Amino acid sequence: MPEAIRAEKLFKSFGDQQVLAGIDLSVEVGETVVVLGASGSGKSTLLRCMNFLELPTGGRIYLHGNLVGTPLGNQADAKMKYAEPNLQRVRAKVGMVFQHFNLFPHMSVLHNIMEGQVTVLRRSRAQAESRARELLAKVGLADKADSYPANLSGGQQQRTAIARALAMDPEVMLFDEVTSALDPELVGEVLRVMRALREEGMTMIIVTHELGFAYHAADRIVFMDAGRVYEEGHPHDILIAPKRERTRQFLEGHNQFRLPEAGPLVASEQT
Amino acid sequence: MDYSWNFDIISRSWDLLLLGLANSVYLTAASFVLGLPLGLALALARLSRRKALSGLAGWYVDFFRATPSLVQLYWFYFALPQILNVQIEPGTAALLTLTLLSSAFVAEIFRGGIASLDKGQWDGARAIGMSYAQAMRRVILPQAIKRMIPIFLERAIELFKTSTIASVISFPELLFAAQDLAARSYRSLEVYSVVALIFMVTLISLSQITRRLELRLARSGETTTS
Ligand SMILES: Nc1ncnc2c1ncn2[C@@H]1O[C@H](COP(=O)(O)OP(=O)(O)O)[C@@H](O)[C@H]1O
Ligand SMILES: [Mg+2]
Repeated sequence: MPEAIRAEKLFKSFGDQQVLAGIDLSVEVGETVVVLGASGSGKSTLLRCMNFLELPTGGRIYLHGNLVGTPLGNQADAKMKYAEPNLQRVRAKVGMVFQHFNLFPHMSVLHNIMEGQVTVLRRSRAQAESRARELLAKVGLADKADSYPANLSGGQQQRTAIARALAMDPEVMLFDEVTSALDPELVGEVLRVMRALREEGMTMIIVTHELGFAYHAADRIVFMDAGRVYEEGHPHDILIAPKRERTRQFLEGHNQFRLPEAGPLVASEQT
Repeated sequence: MDYSWNFDIISRSWDLLLLGLANSVYLTAASFVLGLPLGLALALARLSRRKALSGLAGWYVDFFRATPSLVQLYWFYFALPQILNVQIEPGTAALLTLTLLSSAFVAEIFRGGIASLDKGQWDGARAIGMSYAQAMRRVILPQAIKRMIPIFLERAIELFKTSTIASVISFPELLFAAQDLAARSYRSLEVYSVVALIFMVTLISLSQITRRLELRLARSGETTTS
């Protein structure tokens, strides 16, 4: 499969705090990559750099093999110059869904999903509306088109946010802990939508703490530690038989209290 | 005290007071409405990443907030004509002063309103490819303005009171009309009592409207999150 998006030696610092310390990550078209890691390891920052909500302080991002931005020099590690209009086009193509939904509270569900299509893609309102309704049906919210975000459950709000991102016809979707703010009984409805996207061949990078979902939905798992890719591989290799210390500690923390025979990991605890 | 009240002058000249009130309302409304777009422009300038622009806007806002409005009025009425070498009408000077004054206060309200919005709103807008201007216009300002409406109305009430300064340069607003009547009739007590009452009734009704609007906005659901 061709490559959809690639980060190359990606660095990001806030002031003198280095958060990303040279990340290399390439994602193929149609691939689902789940990013795991302790809180503060730089997962959100990685996603935010991949759609340029934050500007990387070093390294490069390629979208379908095309370098984003212009290098200021000929060396391989030359600083990059980014033009805002160019970044806006990239952001429109790389969808992102957030932990706290970030829906527009002053717009109905339908208008939330139409907004980017009309304002950014310059679609006609009729076109935008029919696409929005199509997506609402897909995420199971056809009857909520005229509701306002404040009147929806967290799960419904998050599905609306996914539809809003999909309305831009993105080439890659980024998910940043999209179920972490939800009541437990609402997590499933959001994960099902994401699984359906995977089955349709959407390219996705997903930060999550739902290890069961990661096991079943990921083509590959990337474990981050201190702003680096610490270990990566097939879900079974990383989640069931991790090779490195930090990965093992992380999983032990997650698996300490479990129901018997509840999940896919139950038969095979770590060594 | 054996003062004998006599409201004859009021009943004979109520039309002058009414005209004064109309002028006060006009002066306040016009300067407030003109001050809104100017204030928004100032707020956007202050939030700009261009240091010179935001510095200049900050200086402007500080100037109008930190000098007495009467001094500003004198400056525009007596000093500015010397620079421009033209005569400025009292009405024009008053309108100019109050508009600029109002824009400075409005700018701070806009800035506060914009800053008070959750950063996630910017993320949500930018993540679908919106530019700064599009995000501001479509996502940030509509929410910020809705929250600011009651504060704007409070400012308008303040501005109405401040507009009485126009009397010192003989602009025929309510206080000036009252001074005129009091001087001609020697009935200061009655005239100023009635004028105070007119101000009070007008402003209390305005603040009632504000209160009701606040309640309506609070009930419109924007405050609940799930
Ligand atoms: N905008 C920011 N300004 C300053 N520091 C930040 C900012 N965003 C993230 N950080 C810091 O970067 C580190 C990694 O954060 P983050 O990427 O959110 O990690 P994770 O998502 O893995 O929990 C944290 O120490 C955090 O405080
Ligand atoms: Mg995070």
